[in-house]
Amino acid sequence: MELKVILFGIAKDIVGNSKLNLKLPEGASVKALKDHLIVDYPEMGKLKSIAFAVDTDYVDDNYQLRDNEEIVIIPPVSGG
Amino acid sequence: MIKLTSDPIKVNEVINSVYDVSAGAIDVFIGSVRNKTSDKKVVSLEFEAYEKMAISEMKKIAADAQEKWPVCKLSIVHRVGNLELGQLPVVIAVSTPHRSDAFEACRYVIDTLKQTVPIWKKEIFEDGEVWVAAHP
Repeated sequence: MELKVILFGIAKDIVGNSKLNLKLPEGASVKALKDHLIVDYPEMGKLKSIAFAVDTDYVDDNYQLRDNEEIVIIPPVSGG
Repeated sequence: MIKLTSDPIKVNEVINSVYDVSAGAIDVFIGSVRNKTSDKKVVSLEFEAYEKMAISEMKKIAADAQEKWPVCKLSIVHRVGNLELGQLPVVIAVSTPHRSDAFEACRYVIDTLKQTVPIWKKEIFEDGEVWVAAHP
């Protein structure tokens, strides 16, 4: 299945783009996406944390991704 | 009032937005751009936000604070874009009937904002730049 990944902050700098299209097996979880990203971009694995969001809500590692879903990478936040 | 803005925050507007006849106290937190991190001189800060989720998370924090304390009104305004030294990245104002609740709720809002709201701060030094808190 195809996924549209949206990137911000340091994650955007690591990938060198604010968007990324990825192919993962049907029914893959957020955990699988995270593992895949760390293989493709080892710098991603050095971050303090990587969270994910769908639309405006955080999703956990077990969240099952759907074909064509848009998923947002949330690197460690630092507002305020 | 919960918003992101690329314009300088008008502190008085944020305070005025929480005036309430039932409030006996207004507590305000103002974040300010500091000139150094550890011993490194900071030139400016760049704030980036995943805007629609940042608004949604700030609304969740406001709703949580309203459940925990008898909040009359609560406002959160956060800057995005480039900020010079001394400018204000965030202003939070909370009004409650009595002062202890205003202090506690205001602290809760800024502490939680720093943990959950998808906003990222890059420190720009004379010789480079770094995304704050990205690495352990």
